[in-house]
Amino acid sequence: MPFTVPAELEAEIDERITHYPVSKRSAVLPVLHHLQHHFGYIGEEAVEWTAAKLGLEPIKVLEVVTFYPGFRQEAPGKYHIRVCRTLSCAMAGSYELMESICEKTGIDRSGVNHHHPIAVSLDGKYSIEFAECLASCGFGPVCMVNDDFHESVADADALLKQYP
Amino acid sequence: MSEPTKTDLVDVQIDGVWHQFPKGTRLIEACRQVGVEVPHYCYHPKLTSPGNCRMCLVETGMPPRPMPGAEPPQPDESGHLPISWIPRPVIACANTVAPNMGVRTTGPITEGCRQGVMELLLANHPLDCPICDQAGECTLQEYSVEHGKGESRFREQKVKKPKNVEVGPRVRLDDERCIMCSRCIRFTDEIADDPVLGFTDRGSHTVLAVYPGRELANNYSLNTVDICPVGALTSNDFRFQMRVWFMRETQTIDTNCATGCNITVFSRQNRIYRIVPRQNNDVNSDWMPDSHRLNFHWIDSEARLTDPMLKVDGVHRTATWNEALSVAAERLASLSGSEIAVIASARMTNEELFMTSRLVKLLGAGHVETVPRQGEADGYLVSADRNPNTNGVKLVLGLENPGSTLDRVKSGIEQGRIKALIVLQENLVDDAGFSPELLGKLDFLLATYPIANPTTGLADVVLPGACWAEKSGTMINVTGRLQRLNKAVDGPGQTREPWEIVRDLVHALGGGNGIYSVTEVFKQLAAEVPEFKGLSWGQIGDLGLPLIETGETIPALEREKERKAAGIIVG
Ligand code: SF4
Ligand code: FES
Repeated sequence: MPFTVPAELEAEIDERITHYPVSKRSAVLPVLHHLQHHFGYIGEEAVEWTAAKLGLEPIKVLEVVTFYPGFRQEAPGKYHIRVCRTLSCAMAGSYELMESICEKTGIDRSGVNHHHPIAVSLDGKYSIEFAECLASCGFGPVCMVNDDFHESVADADALLKQYP
Repeated sequence: MSEPTKTDLVDVQIDGVWHQFPKGTRLIEACRQVGVEVPHYCYHPKLTSPGNCRMCLVETGMPPRPMPGAEPPQPDESGHLPISWIPRPVIACANTVAPNMGVRTTGPITEGCRQGVMELLLANHPLDCPICDQAGECTLQEYSVEHGKGESRFREQKVKKPKNVEVGPRVRLDDERCIMCSRCIRFTDEIADDPVLGFTDRGSHTVLAVYPGRELANNYSLNTVDICPVGALTSNDFRFQMRVWFMRETQTIDTNCATGCNITVFSRQNRIYRIVPRQNNDVNSDWMPDSHRLNFHWIDSEARLTDPMLKVDGVHRTATWNEALSVAAERLASLSGSEIAVIASARMTNEELFMTSRLVKLLGAGHVETVPRQGEADGYLVSADRNPNTNGVKLVLGLENPGSTLDRVKSGIEQGRIKALIVLQENLVDDAGFSPELLGKLDFLLATYPIANPTTGLADVVLPGACWAEKSGTMINVTGRLQRLNKAVDGPGQTREPWEIVRDLVHALGGGNGIYSVTEVFKQLAAEVPEFKGLSWGQIGDLGLPLIETGETIPALEREKERKAAGIIVG
């Protein structure tokens, strides 16, 4: 699929850039957020598009993308699940939650590593990755599915049922 | 920050001694000026200061501020206020001097900081000095000895990172050795205008990376190897060739163009292993182009001329210098001056050109010229004039517009008016458009050159002339600066320096003069050429001196001056 930024999205982005009159470089983060929101991830073309848009060298954008785990460099599934693995959630069973979601969705995480944190189900419906603290440590295990927040997730089935 | 005036001086105490510095002076530079070295990695006076390595931390203090109503602090007998030391250290590379400030570069706080920084830098370092090219000139090594703890408390597994990465055609990267000082990134950004390097995966796994699909290929890429304080970036050309402590260093100049970048030639046992730029803020700053830096391998070439040669029955045979010179003198003496033309080279030194002017006078030669080498300026350090000493040709040989009358020489040969040609350190066939047929019309052709070429192939007398690295002398660069060339290695076989060859020719022609060293030639030159009046060889020094006004500038330097004036760099 060729990388094309729709006109409305570009207009939105252009407007956002006007909020950074001193240095366009400061607009890298908001532009990337817009693109990730639309495309689901930041691929090579998105990096280059952003660089061209802001008059930067692509490496300067790549530096930012690779710094924030929140920016995905690979395409997620229709529902992207982020399971918190920071201490409270880990103690409350987030690793078990991860395992059970993978089992139920048929996701194979054996290829996951530092550079490729995301695993996707064969049908492309679900994808999953571990995340650091999602800021609800009293109610672990916590996870996010796309933009929805879920606390005290005990039952993977019940969770997945909401995302058919 | 403009140049500070005298009234902007502030009192600063460094390691117990009071000094004065202009306002705005960085602490690291203030210390350097009074002979106190502050160890540092990321700071480079020609680049912006990100302050990221923390190696330069020092302890500072200011006069105590009295409580409201309390007595203000009183100056001591030397007139200075007492200092109350601040427990938080600051980086010397980015902070500037303040009135009545104290700086301590020794003591428990500073030493503790250095030990801490060193221990952390080495925690993940592969410690592979025995196979690292940087060993011997690595600041990580040096500072380990001086400021390190001597042992590591890190018992865990070291982080693994990419090794042997080709970041460009000439530069190779070992990411495990990188200390993330960002000097190379800033150089490509700020000086070479080719920002392809950056840090990706910042965190415990930070790597220096070149943007996927791009490469560090600009003509200044090897300067990153010079400024990398460790062995992370190495030169494909030099890596694994020679240990740096075995080599001899000769300070000389680059002769690939009229800029005359100051360089250091590293050689061992008469062989050159590498060339690096040498700082001269009036010529090349700290940089040089890759194309010039790497243009030395031909010096070892098999095709080097090693002996004088005479053409007998159309075949060259080796001869002794005496033999070759007397044949040349005999042939030249049989001709009248107007039948002889001398083609010298703007790659020759002033001393060689001076001897050439003697030869021309002695022969009464009808024509003297040099070969022009016009290219394109690159907007950085490479001058459009690819001859290193065109200004010398104008001044010493007296040619107003060097190279402009070569066609007259050609037609002179064509029409039989010119019967003999003396070609000094030039290759007329390849570099000046003289066809072999044209040169074939001559009665006598003498050629000197370092390497066998189509012109020497046609010559009746061939004399091996030393190349730039094998001779000493002076040249005048594009801005009019007089600079010294110092001999780094001996020429092969019977090679002689061109000034000696011309002297010997003059001698053989009966114009005897007892000149035995290049400095004597310079002395005579200084006595005869007005612009050189009163100058001595020693005065020129390693950095040269301005001799004439040409109105020309070096673009990279001009930009650096602007950045300095704007306070972006220390300069
Ligand atoms: S490669 Fe060398 S110059 Fe570049 S950041 Fe690493 S240590 Fe510094
Ligand atoms: S030299 Fe690196 S922080 Fe000062």
